[in-house]
Amino acid sequence: MIEAQGLTKRYGKTLAVNNLSFSVEPGQVTGFLGPNGAGKSTTMRMILGLDNPTAGQVRIGGKRYHDLKQPLRTVGALLDAKWVHPNRSARAHLAWMAKSNKIPARRVNEVLDIVGLANVAGKRAGGFSLGMSQRLGIAAALLGDPEVLLFDEPVNGLDPEGILWIRKFMHRLADEGRTVFVSSHLLSEMALTASNLVVIGKGQLISQSTTKEFVAKAAENTVKVRSPHLDKLLPLVERAGGTFTESDGGVLVSDMDSDKIGELAAQNGVVLHELSPQTGSLEQAFMQITGDSVEYHTGLEAEAQQVLEASAN
Amino acid sequence: MTLLAVERIKLFTTRSPWWCALVALVLTIGFSALIVGNTSGDEVATVSSTQFGYTFGMAVVMVLAALAVTTEYRFGTIRTTFQAVPHRTSALLAKTTVVALMALVIGEIGAFGSLAIGMLLKPNADLALNSGADWINVAGVGLVYALAAVIAVAIGILLRHSAGAIALLLIYMLAVENLIQLIPKIGDDIYKWMPFNVAQKFLTGDGASNLGRNGQAGPPLSTATLDQGWSLAYFAGIAAVLLIVALWSANRRDA
Repeated sequence: MIEAQGLTKRYGKTLAVNNLSFSVEPGQVTGFLGPNGAGKSTTMRMILGLDNPTAGQVRIGGKRYHDLKQPLRTVGALLDAKWVHPNRSARAHLAWMAKSNKIPARRVNEVLDIVGLANVAGKRAGGFSLGMSQRLGIAAALLGDPEVLLFDEPVNGLDPEGILWIRKFMHRLADEGRTVFVSSHLLSEMALTASNLVVIGKGQLISQSTTKEFVAKAAENTVKVRSPHLDKLLPLVERAGGTFTESDGGVLVSDMDSDKIGELAAQNGVVLHELSPQTGSLEQAFMQITGDSVEYHTGLEAEAQQVLEASAN
Repeated sequence: MTLLAVERIKLFTTRSPWWCALVALVLTIGFSALIVGNTSGDEVATVSSTQFGYTFGMAVVMVLAALAVTTEYRFGTIRTTFQAVPHRTSALLAKTTVVALMALVIGEIGAFGSLAIGMLLKPNADLALNSGADWINVAGVGLVYALAAVIAVAIGILLRHSAGAIALLLIYMLAVENLIQLIPKIGDDIYKWMPFNVAQKFLTGDGASNLGRNGQAGPPLSTATLDQGWSLAYFAGIAAVLLIVALWSANRRDA
């Protein structure tokens, strides 16, 4: 259980995190979603007591991180897979961490087995691929068999196999009743991993809800209609409160569901060739909601938006 | 004790401390061998002659000590450390202790190794440790190394960058302190209180370990006015103050 209250972090004039309050429940994977630069990593560092909040506080199971005894036994975290001395072996890296929290040395071999690094445990961590580093980071997070786990962008740069592995792994951890808090800037990834979402933009909370609710609320639902009698149907749709835009070979109707359009068409003897509800893509939903809060606007972004829209239609 | 074990694992599971230790010993003992080997006639080798090379080893030990901290910042393992041990003062004090102990051991091996090679090269010179001054000049080297390591760790914590910390330490120790003497009128008086000059006073005192000579087959004597005991205390005090400032800073700043 993680509870943040009024968490604020200011770097000079920049407000990286602004009055952020949220809670993360055990037994499920909670996604921490936001565009790059939204303050996700800063928030995670504050949870771990690495950065001091300018205001507010965050508690883990009711305690501040500094007050945890042997914190690795309560909170495991993977913030950056590269936080390993490149000339130290994977086993030595885990060994000193285990020692610091009086975790028995045999646990080091256990976690190496869990993440599948047992064969390379004696090799320099600097020679590891990104996927292997990521696994080592997860092994470090699991070392103290903690109830709370934090992962910052764990799938970044991984191949599909690695992504699948991590996704399954998180579900397993949550099923064991642990609190799993995982950040990402990819909503599509979160939709597959997380059942709950804490969404932030520019350091502020945008929403906290289940993933389903967020997607439903965010995605603008439209209905695609093709008909030889569009000129007859469209005025009826408009009169009933719907709006429409041209789309290749037909129209996209908003603010009205497919049931209503079908009934209108039947009542007025209009032939329909297609009546299909369109679910907006997750990326679209995400951009729509966080669109105003992206830290670094570029021309590319508008282009990306166009591409996304084109591919969704 | 647990934290000391943690820092011991960290220090000895990378290669650079071993290399630094080796280089420090080779430099110290090698330079001493040169000095002792070149003594002849009036310039008799003394206990002090055999310890001529200690500053070279000390420079390398300070590099080792600074790296022990700055690599943690460079590779992000300091964050893992603070995650495992949120009480930063304890974590950093443990590191300082382990590094200082290693410096002490390197210093003693270097000092007695230098003495031994002196005895080997000049079997006829009187290199036995006959007096307190002789003992301090040899055994004291380890203490000076340990305190110099504490200074280097403190600077490493404050600057966080390997290159910056090492450059500052070496330029200060090898150049700045001596150049202070060039300041007109007050330069010499300031120099009397510069830490490494005072550390030199602790080791060599008034030259008893070099037959009372200033220079001549031994290092020139320090201009510091404190006596040997107070010199050590002063050098330790400087190290302690720097360490306290560094710990205060580490607790305040984001990791």
